[in-house]
Amino acid sequence: MWRQVLLIAVTIAALAPLSFMLLTSLKTPQDYAEHPLGLPSSPTLSNYVSALTEVPTLRWAVNSLAVTVVAVLVSSTIAALAAYAVAFGRFRGRSIVLSSAIGFIMVPPVVLLLPMFVVMVNLHLVNRLWSVMLFYSCLLVPFAMFFLVNFFQSVPRELIEASVMDGAGPLRTLRSVVLPLSRPALVTIAVVNAVWAWNELLVALVFLQDESQRTLMAGLTLLQGRYVSNQPLVLSVAVLSIVPVAVFYLFTQRSFVRGLTAGMGK
Amino acid sequence: MWPYLFVLPAVVAMGFGFVFPLVSVVRNSLYAGTFYQIQYVGLGNFRALVDDNVFVHSLTNNLRLLLTVPVMTVLALLIAVVLHDGVRAWRVHRSAVFLPYILPAAGIGLAFGALLQFNGALNQALRVLHLGFLAQDWLGSPRLAIWSVGGVVVWQQLGFGVVVFLAALLSLPNEVVEAARVDGASWWQIQTQVQIPQLRSTIEFFVVTEAITVLSWVFTYVYVVTGGGPANSSSVMEFYIWRNGFAQGSVGLANAAAVVVLVLAAVLIVVYLRLRRAPENPGGVL
Repeated sequence: MWRQVLLIAVTIAALAPLSFMLLTSLKTPQDYAEHPLGLPSSPTLSNYVSALTEVPTLRWAVNSLAVTVVAVLVSSTIAALAAYAVAFGRFRGRSIVLSSAIGFIMVPPVVLLLPMFVVMVNLHLVNRLWSVMLFYSCLLVPFAMFFLVNFFQSVPRELIEASVMDGAGPLRTLRSVVLPLSRPALVTIAVVNAVWAWNELLVALVFLQDESQRTLMAGLTLLQGRYVSNQPLVLSVAVLSIVPVAVFYLFTQRSFVRGLTAGMGK
Repeated sequence: MWPYLFVLPAVVAMGFGFVFPLVSVVRNSLYAGTFYQIQYVGLGNFRALVDDNVFVHSLTNNLRLLLTVPVMTVLALLIAVVLHDGVRAWRVHRSAVFLPYILPAAGIGLAFGALLQFNGALNQALRVLHLGFLAQDWLGSPRLAIWSVGGVVVWQQLGFGVVVFLAALLSLPNEVVEAARVDGASWWQIQTQVQIPQLRSTIEFFVVTEAITVLSWVFTYVYVVTGGGPANSSSVMEFYIWRNGFAQGSVGLANAAAVVVLVLAAVLIVVYLRLRRAPENPGGVL
């Protein structure tokens, strides 16, 4: 009995702040000022209309989407090639490459940020989406590579050998044998990295300062100061930033669990 | 020959994105000045850090946040063993508990920023429940603000622990539990003496991961929920680096603080890699 109660309490605690957000976004500023708690006295979508007309929410969302797609595609491609070499190839420095990748997974981005900013200034990429795309792509390689190496090692060696016997080069073996067998792993890595890139704030905040060039997360933080007295509007944009992730999660929950438990060995 | 070509892009990416900035930040921490004009000062930046109350306070706040790690571990273990018992609708509960973990901290932080205002929804709810004496100025009190940030961290990270522990529990053999039950062990005895001890390596993984998180990945929470305030009282090292490096132009201090974060993270990363290689945790690169 107490177990059921505990779980219900935990579920309510997990969902309450989200429902607060949603309910607030449906209130007028006056309604919210008088009743921050509880249901809207007359639900309105006017905040969402403002969010899409007065605030460059859509522009920011498109920027976020572009950054996410490029970072995931580039990092996955680089990682898949390297993981194939590490799993099936023989070369000097193989174990150094793999163990540095594992070590880099946990390196906090804040440590890398100052030198990378100088690089972006010198490359004239500050305030351009390319800066964030480039850095995210690099940051995502280690985990993607580590994850794919583990998965590739479960591909039967005989299949690789058979493909090579048929005269296929490494690139063709990777594309026509290993990758099709690794679809669940590729989906997992794409899902986990996509959510990471969509959610990232610190790098985007520093590299993209122009209002129109911001990602959704970096844009959100601008609103906080600008609409201090209009929480419902701010939270409606916040809801819009969360909904894509929540919907994505509903469809890919299994991949998440697989991706996040991958780091822990057994 | 081909393996070299295949790893080349990854080596370039990691060299550009990790090795180069790591080497630079260590070297730059020995210089003062702006991004464009620099002067060698040796360990001067580090001495200035130690003398800077804001830095010491930021570091202390990171250490305070370490207290969220045991809280999350115990709570997550409890929730995971209960879920594992196959309580009704456990999948629904698991999904709900895990949901916060994947949502953007910036969006979540805005909601908590509003929720925790003195006249906000949390205090209102406490008053409605006749618990008004618990109402606090969660974000406005210099003493409380960092703990409010810690609360948001727990709220968002807990689901990660639950999912990781639950996955580990599901992989345990059932026979041991059956045997214990036949021997007349109670539910608590089974959980605390049979199940949880078998999760040791998973618990270690979670503790180290979360320790790294609260020491060096909490910028978003602080920036969005409290803005480091009131009067820097909830600043953390990352926030200090950002403020000195990008808002105030004290790049030398920012680089030195980044080296401190790096050293702390590196210690934990080494611990983490050691744990992975521990004999109870075989499986090559894992």
